[in-house]
Amino acid sequence: MADENTKSNLPPLTLHIPEPKFRPGDTVDYSDLQIPEAGAQRRPDINTAPKDMQDMVYDMVRVLDDDHKAVGPWDPKLDDEILLKMLRTMVQVRTFDDRLHRQQRQGKTSFYMKCTGEEATSVAAAMALHGDDMCFPSYRQQGILFVRGYPMIEMVNQIFSNKADKLKGRQLPIMYSSSELNFFTVSGNLTTQYPQAVGWAMASASKGDSRIAAAWCGEGSTAEGDFHAAMTFAAVYNAPVIMNVVNNQWAISSFSGFAGAERTTFAARGAGYGIAALRVDGNDPLAVYAATSWAAERARTNQGPTLIEHFTYRAEAHSTSDDPTAYRSAQEREEWPLGDPIMRLKRHLIRRGVWSEEQQEALDAECLEAVKETVKEAAKNGILGHGLHQPFETMFQDVFEEMPWHLKEQAEQANKEREIKWPS
Amino acid sequence: MAVMNMIEAINSGLETMMQRDDNVVIMGEDVGYFGGVFRATAGLQEKFGKTRCFDTPISECGIIGAAVGMCAYGLRPVPEIQFADYIYPGMDQLISEAARLRYRSAGEFTAPLTVRSPFGGGIFGGQTHSQSPEAMFTHVSGLKTVIPSTPYDAKGLLIASIEDNDPVLFFEPKRIYNGPFTGYYDNPVSPWSKFAEAEVPEGHYTVPLGKANIVREGDAVTVLAYGTMVHVCKAVVEEHQINAEVIDLRTLVPVDIETIEESVKKTGRCLIVHEATRTSGFGAELSALVQERCFYHLEAPIERVTGFDTPYPHSLEWAYFPGPVRIREALEKIVRDLKS
Repeated sequence: MADENTKSNLPPLTLHIPEPKFRPGDTVDYSDLQIPEAGAQRRPDINTAPKDMQDMVYDMVRVLDDDHKAVGPWDPKLDDEILLKMLRTMVQVRTFDDRLHRQQRQGKTSFYMKCTGEEATSVAAAMALHGDDMCFPSYRQQGILFVRGYPMIEMVNQIFSNKADKLKGRQLPIMYSSSELNFFTVSGNLTTQYPQAVGWAMASASKGDSRIAAAWCGEGSTAEGDFHAAMTFAAVYNAPVIMNVVNNQWAISSFSGFAGAERTTFAARGAGYGIAALRVDGNDPLAVYAATSWAAERARTNQGPTLIEHFTYRAEAHSTSDDPTAYRSAQEREEWPLGDPIMRLKRHLIRRGVWSEEQQEALDAECLEAVKETVKEAAKNGILGHGLHQPFETMFQDVFEEMPWHLKEQAEQANKEREIKWPS
Repeated sequence: MAVMNMIEAINSGLETMMQRDDNVVIMGEDVGYFGGVFRATAGLQEKFGKTRCFDTPISECGIIGAAVGMCAYGLRPVPEIQFADYIYPGMDQLISEAARLRYRSAGEFTAPLTVRSPFGGGIFGGQTHSQSPEAMFTHVSGLKTVIPSTPYDAKGLLIASIEDNDPVLFFEPKRIYNGPFTGYYDNPVSPWSKFAEAEVPEGHYTVPLGKANIVREGDAVTVLAYGTMVHVCKAVVEEHQINAEVIDLRTLVPVDIETIEESVKKTGRCLIVHEATRTSGFGAELSALVQERCFYHLEAPIERVTGFDTPYPHSLEWAYFPGPVRIREALEKIVRDLKS
């Protein structure tokens, strides 16, 4: 049907498919990345209306400068003791990651995920929260468990799916759970924890409690519908919740452009929902701590939710099943202009005169020894694939509070099969 | 005792539980000030305050996701999904989260939520106000699925569902909110007040989950049904004086296998009736269970009367709906030689 408004002389439309700047083999040049001066960002009052802090979402809160000094209004002015604990915890996390990654390579478990380069986004953030605040992590915030004193051996038992595994061998390695430490059970389904965190915060508020919730997801996961639902609910109910987006530039092989980063920042999404938002140097532990404290105080005083974008870099593979050399330049990690969170805090502490390279070496060695020892201990409880660590009934338990008839029948079947499959 | 229709019974069930347990919270689209598009939550916000019964944004994944988070805090949320046809955006939260929480955390976190949702057809609801998606949930390990067919059961089952520590899908057959529907669409529906099942205790009582109800005893054929179809089946067997045993399953998961087995072993015949589409519907599971457990007692093939495998149509509603003609034909096929 001819339409008189048809304009056949228009140029053809084109579909834009984002493309990262650097692919394997490319020389990396980050010189056009906008990294503001440390200390140059204003620190709004915690009761500032979201619409009055929209400049913050394109800026970047930074505390540690190029000389490893803490500068500007966001300096949390923490005691040496707290900073040393922060450093120690981040080193523990990195050592644990390296060692457990190696266990996977040795066939002792099926899977592992490191958080190398992102330790501050969980460790410094968790240190700025109260122990009874509820955390809804993704799979890359193992640092929270270290901050809260979760026994390392329980983590290894879970990774080995052995007889001491608290999750009874049901979960993929690293999908930890600790109700005792207010660490919500990690799900494989991305961003489902976001609306859950908001619901938890709504419950806390409705009960007149003083506890708040914090959620973490990656920048790739912000594309999920649950992110939008969570932001809407958080804004509508003024929920006492901190929404952390760990923007590590990569979602497996997809660069952040596939989550929308070519057009705007992730913090800027907060403004659209009427949620206060901060964009933070995620490799600056002091900035992460300061931003989290600010958001926590805001939530605790009924001023509502905060979105924090932690600008960082996923230094290693997505998981043990991933090879990043297939899709990104190996140079990216070395050239990353925000450096490494552990190195930056270490240099800051040395500059403060409370730490030294020798002490760092000793700490590294001590942490490695502790992890090695723990892995050895945990292996006594069994490793994946070596023996049947859980009674077959455990497979059928906890589907429901009480086992219904059909699961009882199936459990019986599994036990019968046992005799045939694995004769004793 | 009071006389209630199904909506009033559900409202009374919610009120009873809100009174008894401070952790019971109601949330959903239009459930607060307005009292729900079907009036199921009428008056509750006024009685219990806005933090106990409140409106939500139009986001099913948000409603169910937030409810799961509330469970982690220790609340007992009763979210409403306005129509079962609109539950799909919340499926990830139901299947991947609510259903798996207890299992994946080895009991550290649980999801004692009850998702209420009006379902079923027969009301000229067209494609998106008539669906019966129960099989999408009966297939998920960790979820319970409950469907009442009378005001008495609706309140008792709802209270039992809210008190249950596992996530429950509570589907309300909206066709029978006001009175039992026999499938004779030209006849006016008699209000619940004319039936004994409208006698509902005002206080707390439960109808246990996982227990079927034999609504009519007989020994010629076992008819398995739930929701609106219980009334349609009853009307057909009564009209044709078929000596059928009609069983209202009430809970689909876990299903009351004992009652089913006992009945089919007695009758030797089985008809399964549901509104939902046929292929991979819950009827297939029932048929398989009966075949596996009652094979040597069966005197005829198990029959299924269901909705057709099409989206729910608008103008051809009564051609689609598994009404008296389709049920009678199936019954005659099974009980031909027994028909008086």
